Amino acid sequence: MYTEKVMDHFQHPRNVGEIENASGVGTVGNAKCGDIMRIYLDIDENQIIRDCKFKTFGCGAAIATSSMATELVKGKNIREAMEVTNKAVMEALDGLPPVKVHCSLLAEEAIHAALWDYAEKHDIKIEGLVRPKNDIHEGEEGEEEDY
Amino acid sequence: MSRLIYLDNAATTKTAPEVVDAMLPYFTEHFGNPSSIYSFAAANKEVIAKQRETIADALGAKANEIYFTAGGSESDNWALKATAEAYAAKGNHIITSKIEHHAILHTCQYLETRGFEVTYLDVDEDGVVKLEDLKAAIRPTTILISIMYANNEIGTIQPIREIGEIAKEHGILFHTDAVQAFGQVPIDVDACHIDMLSASGHKLNGPKGIGFLYIRTGVKIRSFVHGGAQERKRRAGTENVPGIVGLGTAVDRAVRTMKERTVKERELRDYLIKRISEEIPYCRLNGHPTDRLPNNVNFSFRFVEGESMLIRLDLLGICASSGSACTSGSLDPSHVLLAIGLPHEIAHGSLRMTLNEEITKEDIDYVTDNLKEIVALIRSMSPLYEDFMKKQAK
Repeated sequence: MYTEKVMDHFQHPRNVGEIENASGVGTVGNAKCGDIMRIYLDIDENQIIRDCKFKTFGCGAAIATSSMATELVKGKNIREAMEVTNKAVMEALDGLPPVKVHCSLLAEEAIHAALWDYAEKHDIKIEGLVRPKNDIHEGEEGEEEDY
Repeated sequence: MSRLIYLDNAATTKTAPEVVDAMLPYFTEHFGNPSSIYSFAAANKEVIAKQRETIADALGAKANEIYFTAGGSESDNWALKATAEAYAAKGNHIITSKIEHHAILHTCQYLETRGFEVTYLDVDEDGVVKLEDLKAAIRPTTILISIMYANNEIGTIQPIREIGEIAKEHGILFHTDAVQAFGQVPIDVDACHIDMLSASGHKLNGPKGIGFLYIRTGVKIRSFVHGGAQERKRRAGTENVPGIVGLGTAVDRAVRTMKERTVKERELRDYLIKRISEEIPYCRLNGHPTDRLPNNVNFSFRFVEGESMLIRLDLLGICASSGSACTSGSLDPSHVLLAIGLPHEIAHGSLRMTLNEEITKEDIDYVTDNLKEIVALIRSMSPLYEDFMKKQAK
């Protein structure tokens, strides 16, 4: 059901991990629906994305789109990163099954959420960037279940 | 990848070679229509009668109480819709559970649009229907109780005899969907006061596209498929002779091998459960620990999404299934896992492995060893796990 590229990025995800003292972090999605993506950006003084890492809880497509999205934004400046849309991620993966398109949307939202975090921290405005709808802040996930 | 470990026997089973052998002549030599007069074809009538007897014997039923259908879903649809219609003058209330197969749940929802009222009973955390709730749900207008014999996802076996007794005491018909249980546990329709029972061929090493509905003598349900006089005028259509022969052969085989087979499966099931429980942290066994199908293992792994797990297992030649939303094409995880009280995110991380008699201890070790690594790998990528570990460290 997945393309070779999706399977490749699922099996060998690029840029998994965390960035300490990241310039921007964005977490989007909802554990209830089964997808959560977190993107870390390391942005230099020229607004170039030096490094990008991700952590994702989700299906094969969610992991592959996260991996591809991080590849696409790495080395770009923040305005160029804004052009990494869900369509771009999907195209780079040679397509996704229709029920998985929302995963690519999540990848776009995760990048935007991380950029928003960066912009807020540095008190700048990025053209076209709006406050992420479903950014998850720490402690919002509710109480842990015990068993 | 040459190795294939098939752990999805609740989805379907391999047709046993002896079943295929028994069926083949009914495609080639004995292709005749059992309703024909000439002896060449009419012999097939007797062949069908023989299968009916085999199946009836397996349930403690009479041969004329077995009606062949195209499978479990048809049997469930027939039992519910035809009972509702036949007994509508007596009442319009049906009781079922929240963990039934969709063949029951969606049929009940359809009946609700036709003026029937349905109570969907809750289950406890092991997936067992609460008998007190069942008693309390009974109304003067209740015409049918339909509770599955054993659950397809979590394997929990229901207190069928007790449910049957309650139904009988109140003069209410009792149907059970035994698609998963038949062939795996001994069933006696009289001892359990079962009035109708659905079963399917392909879950017990028989062919797909064939099943039956047991209807106790005296139950007034009408025909569901109108046409010819087959199946005592209750289910029209030229008999699926190869399918019926395959089903009969599979039932005979399942009954003959049940004891030996299930002893072996139970042992391996418990070994798999033990290894996972002891070696993989933050997991939970879903379903009743002991009152469960001999071949069913179902776990939830926290911070893990089911589809990711399934794809990685598939790459190693291991076939399993999950109740995650991603595998069902909907946004919600399995209704069964939600009904036993799992939060959504934990229901998404479920894994069902259903064994067969060919699975060995070596297979189970291979699966567990790999599963451990897969769960650890997926967790290392999970932001939920990251947050959890940070909280633990504080």
